[in-house]
Amino acid sequence: MIKKVRPHVNQNEPLLFERSSPGKRGYQLPPLDVPAVDPAAALGFQNTRAEIPDFPEVSEVEAIRHFTRLSTHNYAIDLGLYPLGSCTMKYNPRVNEQVARIEGLAWAHPYQPESLAQGIMEVMAALEQMLAEITGMDAVTLQPAAGAHGEFTGILLVRALLQSQGHPRKKLLIPDSAHGTNPATATMAGYAVQNIKSNALGMIDVDELARSVDEDVAALMLTNPNTLGVFEEHITRIAEVLHAKGAQLYMDGANMNALVGIARPGDFGADVMHLNLHKTFSTPHGGGGPGSGPVAVKEHLIPFLPKPRMARIGNRWSWNYDLPQSIGRVRAFYGNVGMHVRALAYIMAHGGDGLRNATLDAVLNSNYLRVLLEPYYDLPHKSPTLHECVFSDARQAKRGVRTGDIAKRLIDYGFHPYTVSFPLIVPGAMMIEPTETEGKAELDLFVDALISIAKEIEETPELVLTAPHDTRTSRVDEVGAARRPILRWKPAPPK
Amino acid sequence: MLRVLGVDSLDALFSHLPPEVRLNRPLEIPSGKSEYEIVDYFRARGGECADGYASFLGAGVYRHYRPVLVDTVVSRSEFLTSYTPYQAEISQGTLTTIFEFQSMICQLTGMEVANASMYDGSTAVPEAAMMAIRLTGRDRILVARSVHPEYREVLSTYAQHQGMLVAEVDYGREGGAVDHGDLERKIDDRTAAVIIQSPNFFGIVEDIRRAAEMAHSHGALLIYVFAEAVSLGLLEPPRDADIVAGELQSFAISPSYGGPFAGIVATKEKFMRQMPGRVVGETKDTRGYRAFCLTLAAREQHIRREKATSNICTNQALIALMATVFMTVYGKQGLRELALQNLSKAHYLAGKLPLRFTGPFFNEFVASTNSPDAINESLLQNKIVGGLPLQRYYPELANSMLLCATEMSRREQMDTVAEAFR
Repeated sequence: MIKKVRPHVNQNEPLLFERSSPGKRGYQLPPLDVPAVDPAAALGFQNTRAEIPDFPEVSEVEAIRHFTRLSTHNYAIDLGLYPLGSCTMKYNPRVNEQVARIEGLAWAHPYQPESLAQGIMEVMAALEQMLAEITGMDAVTLQPAAGAHGEFTGILLVRALLQSQGHPRKKLLIPDSAHGTNPATATMAGYAVQNIKSNALGMIDVDELARSVDEDVAALMLTNPNTLGVFEEHITRIAEVLHAKGAQLYMDGANMNALVGIARPGDFGADVMHLNLHKTFSTPHGGGGPGSGPVAVKEHLIPFLPKPRMARIGNRWSWNYDLPQSIGRVRAFYGNVGMHVRALAYIMAHGGDGLRNATLDAVLNSNYLRVLLEPYYDLPHKSPTLHECVFSDARQAKRGVRTGDIAKRLIDYGFHPYTVSFPLIVPGAMMIEPTETEGKAELDLFVDALISIAKEIEETPELVLTAPHDTRTSRVDEVGAARRPILRWKPAPPK
Repeated sequence: MLRVLGVDSLDALFSHLPPEVRLNRPLEIPSGKSEYEIVDYFRARGGECADGYASFLGAGVYRHYRPVLVDTVVSRSEFLTSYTPYQAEISQGTLTTIFEFQSMICQLTGMEVANASMYDGSTAVPEAAMMAIRLTGRDRILVARSVHPEYREVLSTYAQHQGMLVAEVDYGREGGAVDHGDLERKIDDRTAAVIIQSPNFFGIVEDIRRAAEMAHSHGALLIYVFAEAVSLGLLEPPRDADIVAGELQSFAISPSYGGPFAGIVATKEKFMRQMPGRVVGETKDTRGYRAFCLTLAAREQHIRREKATSNICTNQALIALMATVFMTVYGKQGLRELALQNLSKAHYLAGKLPLRFTGPFFNEFVASTNSPDAINESLLQNKIVGGLPLQRYYPELANSMLLCATEMSRREQMDTVAEAFR
């Protein structure tokens, strides 16, 4: 009996703690070149611990095998199409990883003298300038660590501006198609949320908006193109309606991959926006981060930007802390600088033309999928779409098969699923964003897979309802996990 | 593909955009560069930083050796280029390592649950404070002045508009630890939490048990903050704290001019439903095999929207994986030996310098000097970056600098620093 093999090519792999045996080690430290200090004497006996109970003890080869085996249990963009809508899973060029590890950049301490940090500051300044050009805005802060952190920063800027005019106002308008981070951000910034309904075209109804905007509204948080992939065609009118009442237009830049080189938020009325470097600018998602969420603003919001700001003094860069109107810091130090290095490398490799071409290809790929899949899946909004498209499971639901089931079946065909059940305004949503990374061959395979699944649902729905079948791990009991949370490993109780 | 779409040009895909929103010129960004030119550009920028210098800076960012295995693992495409593990069946690699990460953070800190990561230590602190406010129904936070000054600045930015009232507790001018008398004067039954860092910004190890007793006797929670994670290889874990908010940069995460790092929030089981951020739990698949998945999502923004515990979405997963590999490579013996080396090096250097505070310290300490800037200038001549002058953060500590020694500090470099103080 071969104990360790599952009915799949991958091996089983125990947890580190189960692999562990006393005395094993995978590290080497040089001999101490100073006298050893007794911790109990230096720190006080009551402040010191004897050991870390149950902490792993494995050899170097056991460690590398453990993590390498676990890695094979993951899907990744380097293995194939990763069409998660609104997540912009594009190829992450490896040169970006290499340059981020260049010694002088990777080992720069945030408090080392400015005279010895000019190179890294120059990188950040160049990125700020290019992001301002791409967005059509006047200034950029790189401090926020991710998209949601950028939203928080941007809304605090709005709040500080309105406060400086006398009153911060009370609420934010947020379309019903928005990401969950938008309303969660509003709460953290002390604003109430008022939802705005989308119309049948999947856009904001400008008349309804005009009725909702009053002196209590601080801003509209708008994703454009929105989460349906639809460009808000009345965007300049929307901005006018807001500005007429002294409110600001916040743009969520999650979908900026549809616009780079084609249209600039700063030109169509946005006052403040964030970018996700881990989406549009290709810094790797890393299984859920790190991201980076720069915030770009128009002139009137510059005084409120987080401190410190980089300033050019003579021929060198310097950090300026003397910013009396600043909202303060949103993070220690200067941001996820390692991601700034990668994003700048990406922009440099593409150049202005290349960035625009990437946008064209991303929109082409999405529309190609839309046209080929429309005969098989319900497309609730018929408006033209840009970088992503949202189908619904309405036809398949009649056979008892939902979007989540179709997603799991796609895994058997070798693809990562689309985004499931989002945006919330489309019941049973299937949100597809292929990005510019994919060639026609990969897209055709994906289309074939979804057409084949549509047929399976007609003929053998059970096959889809119990998917995935060909993975190392079959369908996971998420309800059980939440009902009885086991959030850490514990040693087995002594028998 | 255009034929399938029935259009004759790529630009036609944008024909529905109103003409006034279109950009009618090329972006003013230089044309694309080759890989060689890009590497060359960044090498030149790296050369303009303190490449090849020794450094005695700490203050929240520490120079520790990064075992080669760390980058070997995080460079695996399957970890580097995967998304947040919402599709558990094809994300077991990421999910398993996060579960191991959460388990090791609990072992290190003495807590019962830990999240999958926060952006960094500085943002973990306000998230922990917001959590304490939800748990106690109170609105006042007391934060020690010996908590990292930039963490306190971030706390105040977050606090402003949520009705959170933040007051500071002073440090003892002699010992450099929290002034317990000042804490006793300021704490009352409106205090939601007391926030203390150990080792604190001056490197001093705090008396957590006493702080916890004082907080608890007023019905407040104790939030323990750490910025130097290696210290937990030797220090008694903060079991008496209610919430731990920490920074893991010391665990094989490059200084990288201040980020990306990885923060954590850990707590007791009874508080877990108010914890911010993603969490991985153990479950089974339909064949009965052990499996892992994201769980307790009812706390999070994509489900709860404006009622979520935090707006955090993308966190620092790959950086948390670096810390996981680091903890695995060093393991039980190694983390202790590493911490002992840090302790020994710092005490060697401190033994040669006039110390500002008398309290016990780990790998960082404040030295007194009338001329911190002159000392640092002279050290730069020897390709050594000295300590951090404290005047900017603590005007009363103008004649002092914060120095850190780690396992990477060599004896002769430390002797040179001592020389400069003469």
